[in-house]
Amino acid sequence: MRNACTRAGVDSITQLAPGTRVSCTFAGAPTEGTYITDRDGKAVIKLDNGYNIGVEPASLAFLSKGEPSPPFRADVAQNPQLPELSIISTGGTIASRVDYRTGAVTSQFTAEDILGAIPGLADIARFRAEVLASILSENMTAGIWKDLARAVYRDIRNGVEGVIVTHGTDTMAYSAAAVSFMLETPVPVIFVGSQRSADRPSSDNVMNGLCSAAAATSDLGEVAMVMHASTNDDACAIHRGTRVRKMHTSRRDAFRSFGMAPLGTVQYPSLDVSLSGEAKRRRDDEPVLHGTLEEKVGLLTFYPGMDPALLFAYERCRGLVISGTGLGHISAEMIAGIRRLTDAGTTVVMTSQCLNGRVCDRVYDTGRDLLAAGIIEGEEMLPEVAYVKLMWVLGQTDDTEEIRRMMETPLRGEFGRCSAHGL
Amino acid sequence: MDYEELGLKAGIEIHQQLDTREKLFCHCPTVLRDVEERNGEFFRYLRATVSEMGEIDRAAREEMMVMRPFTYYAYDTTCLVENDEEPPAPLNPEALELALTMARMMGMTPVEQVHVMRKLVIDGSNTSGFQRTALVALNGMLPLGARIESLCLEEEAAQRVEGVTFSLDRLGIPLVEITTAPDMHTPEQVQEVAAYIGMLLRSTGRVKRGLGTIRQDVNISIREGARVEIKGVQDLALIDEVVRREASRQVNLIGIRDELLARNASIDELTHDVTALFSETGSAILKRAKYIGAVCLRGFAGCVGREIQPGRRLGSELSDYAKKCGVGGLFHTDELPAYGVTQEEVETLKSALGAGEEDCVILVADAKKKAVCAIGQVQRRAAIALEGVPEETRKMLEEGSTAYMRPLPGAARMYPETDVLPETVSSSYVAALEVPELLTEKEDRFIREMDLDPALARQLAYSAQVGLFEEVVRAGVRPNLAARTILATLRELSRDGVPVEAIGEEDLLGVLLEVERGAVAKEAIPDILRALAGGMDMPSAVQSVAPGISDEELTGIIRAVLSERVDFVKEQGMRSVGPVMGVVMQEVRGRADGKKISDLLKKEIQAML
Repeated sequence: MRNACTRAGVDSITQLAPGTRVSCTFAGAPTEGTYITDRDGKAVIKLDNGYNIGVEPASLAFLSKGEPSPPFRADVAQNPQLPELSIISTGGTIASRVDYRTGAVTSQFTAEDILGAIPGLADIARFRAEVLASILSENMTAGIWKDLARAVYRDIRNGVEGVIVTHGTDTMAYSAAAVSFMLETPVPVIFVGSQRSADRPSSDNVMNGLCSAAAATSDLGEVAMVMHASTNDDACAIHRGTRVRKMHTSRRDAFRSFGMAPLGTVQYPSLDVSLSGEAKRRRDDEPVLHGTLEEKVGLLTFYPGMDPALLFAYERCRGLVISGTGLGHISAEMIAGIRRLTDAGTTVVMTSQCLNGRVCDRVYDTGRDLLAAGIIEGEEMLPEVAYVKLMWVLGQTDDTEEIRRMMETPLRGEFGRCSAHGL
Repeated sequence: MDYEELGLKAGIEIHQQLDTREKLFCHCPTVLRDVEERNGEFFRYLRATVSEMGEIDRAAREEMMVMRPFTYYAYDTTCLVENDEEPPAPLNPEALELALTMARMMGMTPVEQVHVMRKLVIDGSNTSGFQRTALVALNGMLPLGARIESLCLEEEAAQRVEGVTFSLDRLGIPLVEITTAPDMHTPEQVQEVAAYIGMLLRSTGRVKRGLGTIRQDVNISIREGARVEIKGVQDLALIDEVVRREASRQVNLIGIRDELLARNASIDELTHDVTALFSETGSAILKRAKYIGAVCLRGFAGCVGREIQPGRRLGSELSDYAKKCGVGGLFHTDELPAYGVTQEEVETLKSALGAGEEDCVILVADAKKKAVCAIGQVQRRAAIALEGVPEETRKMLEEGSTAYMRPLPGAARMYPETDVLPETVSSSYVAALEVPELLTEKEDRFIREMDLDPALARQLAYSAQVGLFEEVVRAGVRPNLAARTILATLRELSRDGVPVEAIGEEDLLGVLLEVERGAVAKEAIPDILRALAGGMDMPSAVQSVAPGISDEELTGIIRAVLSERVDFVKEQGMRSVGPVMGVVMQEVRGRADGKKISDLLKKEIQAML
C-alpha cells in the first residue's frame, strides 16, 4: 500500500496556522480539510465530514487562510429580584473546555462562562463572578488558599447571600478545609466541581452547579461541598468542608463524608434542600477572617519498612502530620526521630490511614512511646484535614500549649467528641 | 417506477459488530446478556453541549426538547467505562487490526494516524452522550464497481430495552461502519452491494453473527427530493423494499407540495385554545385533556390524510414531529369524524378557527406546555411540506416504511475524544496483515477441489463452522463425511436437545478419523457424539457405543439371523439381501460399517443358495 498522501508542497508544519484550509491527495482522490494542529510529527486535519486524521505534513497543500471563528459568548440576563450569590472560580473540570490545539481538557473559562454553560443558574440567583485562579487543582498552593479565604470574606462582607467556589476535584477537599478554618462564616460557602468534563453531554457539571446554587441560597451557615450523592442524577450530598474526602478517581459520587452523615442533600431536578440537625444554620453576624497559614508543615504517610532517616527531611518544618497505621502507629525504630523533631519544637500530629475511626495511642506500647515522644493524637481528623488545620493553628499561635489545645479541640466540626455509629 | 428518470441516488452504511475478545475502549467481554441478569441500575440526564465551533448540533437540540432521565442496566460483564464513570482504555488493538484487514480487502488506503472522535448522540443510547468513532481508511472499490468512501471503527451503542431504558451489555462492542458512495441507482443494486459487503466482512471469520449484529443505514434521494438517511435496516431482504418505499414517499411528498402550491396553501401562525369545545365530547382522549390546542393549515384538506407510503400519511409525518414535545400524537380533520369525535364537533371546531372546505385543522391534547410545543412542531413540518422533502434521519418500521427520527446531523456533532491518544498505523504493519479468502472463493474451491454439491458448498462456506470443516478435511477426513457430520448430524443432535457445544473440536475430529480408519462405523457417529456431549471421553464413548466387533463375531450374528429365515432366503435368493440387511444392522447397532456387513451378508447368502 502506498503512502496515503502524495507530496504537494507544504514544507513545514510551522507554516500552517490552525484553521488553514488545506488539500491532500489521499489514495488518488483529492481530499480537503482544515488544519488543526501537529501531533507526533503528523499534521492533524479535520475533514469536512467532521473526522480528524493525521497525515504527513509534506503532503498538504495550502488552499486558503482560515476564517477566524467568532469568540463564543453567552448572554446571561440577571434577575434583580433574586438573591445575590458570588461565584469564585479557581479552575477545574466544572469550568473546563477542550483545547483543540493540544487535545487536552484545560480550565480557561471565565466565571461568566459558567453561567452560560449551566443554563438554569440564572433562575436561582443573580451572580457576581470572579476568576481567582485558572489552575488544575493539583497546582493549588497555600498562597491561593489565603487569597481565596480573603475573597470569600470580602464578598460576604459586601452582602452576598452565599458563595460558590468552583474547584478541580483532586484537591478540593484540602481547599474546603483551609477556608473552613480561616473563615468563620454566617452564610453558605459551597465548594463544587465535576468529575466528568463539561464538554460532554453527560457531564455532572450542570447538576452539581445547580445544586450548589440551591445550597448557597439555603439556610446553611458553614463551609461545605456539594457533589453527586450517587451515580444517579437524582441528588447531591452536602458535605462539611472539614469532613470530606475524594474516595474515587473518576466516579461522580467520589466525595464521601467521614465520621458523620452528610449535612444534607439537594434533590434534582427539584433543587429542594434538606439539612440535618448537625448543619450550622445561616446567621446575621459578620464573617471573621483568620487568614494566616504556616506553610512549613508536612504530611507523611507511614509504611512498613520506612527509613527513619526520611524524618530528617522534616526538621525544618514547624509541624508534621503523620498518617499512621491502625489506631495511629509507626514503627518503633522511628520513635527516636519523632522525639528529635518534638525536642526541636516541631508539632507532630498522629492521624490514621484507616480514615474511619479515632486515633488512640494508649492501647499498645508503640502508641504509648509516641505519646511519650510528644505527639498529639489527631482524634477523628482525616490526615489532610489535620494537615491543613495544623498549618492554620501554627499560623495563629506560637504557644506550645495553645497549639496542643487547639489541635485537640474541634473548632470547625472537624471531629466529634463521640464517634458516630451506624454510618 | 422508472428510477433512472426519478434520478434515484442511494448509498449505504453498513454497521457490523466485530467478534473481538474485548470491547473497543474497555477490557470487558463482548457478550450480550439477558436483562434479567443485570446487577446494577442507574439513571442520568443528557444535555447537548456546544461544539468546538460554538454551535449546538441541530439533531441534538431537537432531542433536548424534552429532558428525560435515561435508565441504564449494568452487568457483571460491564464496567465503569460503560457507566461513563471512568476514562476510556486505549483503542482495542485487535479491533483496529481487524478494521485495517477489512480495509485492505476493499483496496482502501489506511489513515496514517488514527484519531478517535466523539460523535454527539443524546438520545440516551450512549451514557457519555457521544459515540466514539475513528476514521480508519478511505477510498476503496468493490468488484461490483461500487466505491467505498470510508471505513470507521466505532463503539456500539447501548441496546434500548424499552422507552428510555437501555442495556449496557452492547455498549462498547466494536463495530465497523462502511460507507459507500451514493453510486447506486436502483433498489436491486443497493441490495446487491449490501449483500456483497456483508459477505466480505464475514469472510474474516471474526464478526458477530445473528440478528442485530449487522445493520444497514440507507441514504436515499431522488432528483427533486432530499437526502434521507434510514437507520437500522436489520434484514438484508428488506433493503430494496425500503428504497422503493422511500422513493415513493419522496415522489408523493413532491406531489403534495405541487398541489399545495397550486392551492396557495398556508399555515396559520395562531394556536387556538379549543379545550372548551370538547368539554362534552365522546372522545375519551379529548375529554380527559387539560388543554387542547388547534391550528389551521389552509388549503391542506385531503393532503394530510393522503398515503405517502404504505401505512404512512402526511399526517404521520406531522405527528412524528409533534411527538418530539412529548405528546402522544395528534388528530387532523382529514380523519375526522372518528375516534368518538362527531361531525358536529368537527364543524364547530372548523368554524371556531375560520376553516373552510379546503382547510385541515390539527388538534393536540396534552398539558398546555407540551401541546403548544407540539403545535409549533406541526407548523414547522407543515411549512416544510410547501417546500417538498426535508433532509431527515428516519427509522425503519416493520415491512419497510419509515418514521421521522431527527434532522440529519451537521458537522457540529463531531469533536475530538481527548481521553484517547491517536494511533499511528505504519504501512509495513498494514502490508503484513493477512487477507482472508472470500466466502465466495471458498465456495468455489469447495466445489472445485472437494467435489461438493454446490448447495452444500455454499451452505458450508457461509456457516459459522466453516473453520472447523476445513480443519477436519485438512486432517484427512473426506469432505462429504465432514460436511454431513458438521451440517447435518450436529444440528440434528442439537435440535434433539443434545448440548453439542460441549463436544471439543479435537474429539469431533478424533471420531471422524476413527471412522476413516474403519475402526468405527459411520452409523455410530450420532451415538458417540451424544456420549461425548454427555461428558464421556473419547475412548469410553467409542467403547460404550460401538465396541469393536470382530469379523468372526459379525459372521456369527449374520448366521444366526439367516438361520431363522432359511425359507425366506431360499425363496427370494439374492433379493433377500436388503430385508435381511436391515435386521442385521439392528443387531449390530453401528458397531460395524454397513458396507462390511453387506459384503459378509452377501457371501453368507450365496453360500446358503
